[in-house]
Amino acid sequence: MTNKSACIAGLVAPVMIAVLMLTAASPSVKANDAANAEVKIDNFSFGPQSVTVPVGATVTWINRDDIPHTVVSTDGVFKSKVRDTDEKFSYTFAKAGTYPYYCTIHPKMIGQIVVQ
Amino acid sequence: MADNKQDLIDQHLQDLNNDGVDRRGFLKCMAWAGTGLVWTMSGGIPVSRAFAKGYSKDAAKSGDFTFVQISDSHIGFNKPANPDVTATLQTAINKINAMPHKPDFVIHTGDLSQLSKPSEFDMLDQVLKGASAKQIYFVPGEHDMLSDNGEQYLQRYGKGTKGTGWYSFDQKGVHFVGLVNVANLKAGGMGSLGQNQLEWLENDLKGRSASTPVVLFAHIPLWTIYPDWGWGTDDSEQALSYVKRFGSVTVLNGHIHQIMQKVEGKVSFHTAMSTAFPQPAPGSAPSAGPMKVPAEQLQQVLGITDVNYVVSGRSLAVVDSPLGASSPSASAKENKW
Repeated sequence: MTNKSACIAGLVAPVMIAVLMLTAASPSVKANDAANAEVKIDNFSFGPQSVTVPVGATVTWINRDDIPHTVVSTDGVFKSKVRDTDEKFSYTFAKAGTYPYYCTIHPKMIGQIVVQ
Repeated sequence: MADNKQDLIDQHLQDLNNDGVDRRGFLKCMAWAGTGLVWTMSGGIPVSRAFAKGYSKDAAKSGDFTFVQISDSHIGFNKPANPDVTATLQTAINKINAMPHKPDFVIHTGDLSQLSKPSEFDMLDQVLKGASAKQIYFVPGEHDMLSDNGEQYLQRYGKGTKGTGWYSFDQKGVHFVGLVNVANLKAGGMGSLGQNQLEWLENDLKGRSASTPVVLFAHIPLWTIYPDWGWGTDDSEQALSYVKRFGSVTVLNGHIHQIMQKVEGKVSFHTAMSTAFPQPAPGSAPSAGPMKVPAEQLQQVLGITDVNYVVSGRSLAVVDSPLGASSPSASAKENKW
């Protein structure tokens, strides 16, 4: 049993290193990682309220409140399902522009994503 | 904004009937949570009492009929502010069933569920089935229209209603209107009734005698309590303009999970407590949301919150008093707030 575990560990480690090297070598993956952004929903507000990202970036919203919220584009570009506590919503912005959005449940909550 | 806020609070705190309820007492009162309100229609003047340990046998003696308002049961909520909202709703129903005078009906002013899930509505139905009052009138809260534009709500609770769930009915000479101000909300705005509903309301009230007592009920307050938190309805003024000619108008709302009241001319505004969890007083926290309070505070709350509406000259005035008090002035002295 011990030998078998050691054997698996021995196999897994080189594979992981190889995966890491591949990831590092891929320029597209690396660029997106740096450009992606997170917006926290906390105390009935989006933070930061305005986020600027490059074209192709993915923005992820995470709800840190004890109350459900939504993330809905004012112009109908994107629309999350209801996000309860700790649930996330992501959207990848393929086109440049300014995207205002709000929470349809608590419409006082507004924010915007600027894609350049 | 700070000044506005203070004005707003002062407005709530003014001693409307020289009843001896001081500023500090009122603030304490605002922070309380409870389970429901009993309304007695007495010659068109609504009298409300929060649930307490027991009911005075005199409570509804001179009233034509009684109804109970419950609100914000949020079935499905399970966070620390109240891990068992089904149990507290059950407590509210038990209190209703223990009333010496059986209420004609119950009004639920919305946020029945937490996430509009069928299982949550099922649970609500199961608890409400145990109520002695079989007739329950609903209006939706924003939590009841989360994923399907309120389709499920309409199927379950809004059969025969107009639009997104508005309607009216008459009970022993009192005209009740249930309004929906949680649908199609606009970015940056507060609650909204919308043009279709406003037109319907105007027509609904047209031709009714000005002496008809009118009760409007909706989830989000129909008066601006705290715009920063969206505690108001953008187009409520237009709705209220239609009821101005009536001699007695009562507006019942939920949403903010605490008692707030205001009298403006012949219109009395009142918000109900939640059966699930309290929320902070306006501006007293970074945001609205479930507020955790010590268990013993919740227990106190269930016992002694009480509100009466009494006639003062031509308008209604609000007096806070404990249950079973023989007169408002005597009750103010006994007020434990």
